[in-house]
Amino acid sequence: MTELRYVYAVTRPFDGTLPEGLAGVAGAPPRLLAHDGLLAVLGDVPADDFSEEPLRARLEDLDWLTSTARAHEAVIGALTAVTSPLPLRLATVCHDDGGVRRLLDSGRERFTRCLERLDGRVEWGVKVYAREAPETPRDDTGSVGSAGSAGPKEAASGRDYLRQRLRQRNARSSILSEADTGSRRLHEELSRCAEDVRVHRLQDARLPGVPRGNVLNAAYLLPREQSEAFVEEVRRIGARSSGIRVELTGPWAPYSFADVSDPAREGSEGR
Amino acid sequence: MTMPSRLPDPYVPDGASANLADILERVLDKGVVIAGDIRINLLDIELLTIKLRLVVASVDKAKEMGIDWWETDPALSSGARRRELAEENEQLKQRIAALEAGSSDRPAEREVSG
Repeated sequence: MTELRYVYAVTRPFDGTLPEGLAGVAGAPPRLLAHDGLLAVLGDVPADDFSEEPLRARLEDLDWLTSTARAHEAVIGALTAVTSPLPLRLATVCHDDGGVRRLLDSGRERFTRCLERLDGRVEWGVKVYAREAPETPRDDTGSVGSAGSAGPKEAASGRDYLRQRLRQRNARSSILSEADTGSRRLHEELSRCAEDVRVHRLQDARLPGVPRGNVLNAAYLLPREQSEAFVEEVRRIGARSSGIRVELTGPWAPYSFADVSDPAREGSEGR
Repeated sequence: MTMPSRLPDPYVPDGASANLADILERVLDKGVVIAGDIRINLLDIELLTIKLRLVVASVDKAKEMGIDWWETDPALSSGARRRELAEENEQLKQRIAALEAGSSDRPAEREVSG
């Protein structure tokens, strides 16, 4: 069976080894390929899944995508423990080792610049949720005001129903606006500790495992030795902020800061 | 002796770890884009399809629901608000339709007509 090369990351040569038994994408243990001062971290994957046509189809398969994404991140995560990798986007695939060397050559200037900028840096993810998820509150009874005989759960009429909805909406928007204020403040303070910041799109509660009421989803770049102080800071601000719940993830490889797509600079600036 | 560059252990908040969305938004949306020999542009149609599928089971269902969160500006919660309003609108429409259907069956509910 033909095999292709799945490339996870580019790094500088590093001391230390990847953990034994680390399974990457398609179950293949990652290996290193050195080329002119850069290392590609790659795995051998079956052409049956990773050549163009099948890959296109595979990416439409959510289960396949999920396990591939997790395996990709597992390798990047292991690398992050021993060096500062430059993570490539999911499904970067070459035909053979020669193709990987060409990939390293073609991106050399960019890789070198990014590796330099991100050397010793890690990314921390911070998500903020409105403490009371802005869900349609079923227990919101209040006094419907008029008819009185109507049960609290069922609005007596269309008009009552609309009033009830309005009240719920007002309650919800005040919860959201309190959370919004809290998260902005937190974001400002954390941004001051970080070298760089990216605000990601909010996570949708329809995604598996995502709670409702996400009001901030951001990534912060910092020198890895400042991680503990940062974690402490997140805890401190989170504890004193009312109305929000703060969730921290990391340390990640600096995914969110890896791609400075500056084609203008790329083209014009021959160092 | 602690190396200054040693990475602290992964911080896991109260038993929760990175969810799938955390991982996907990084490995699919972020990271260096460089063309390998196998050309798949995740930024194009495929990525949209993938994201649709993440939200609901099928593309048609998503379109039906008017889901467009991946297109909204990532600035804080404005997207979420807009979405909420749209959802609520939909719920209200359904409720009104239900009420109208109900009132034609039964004569003169108390305040419905007033």
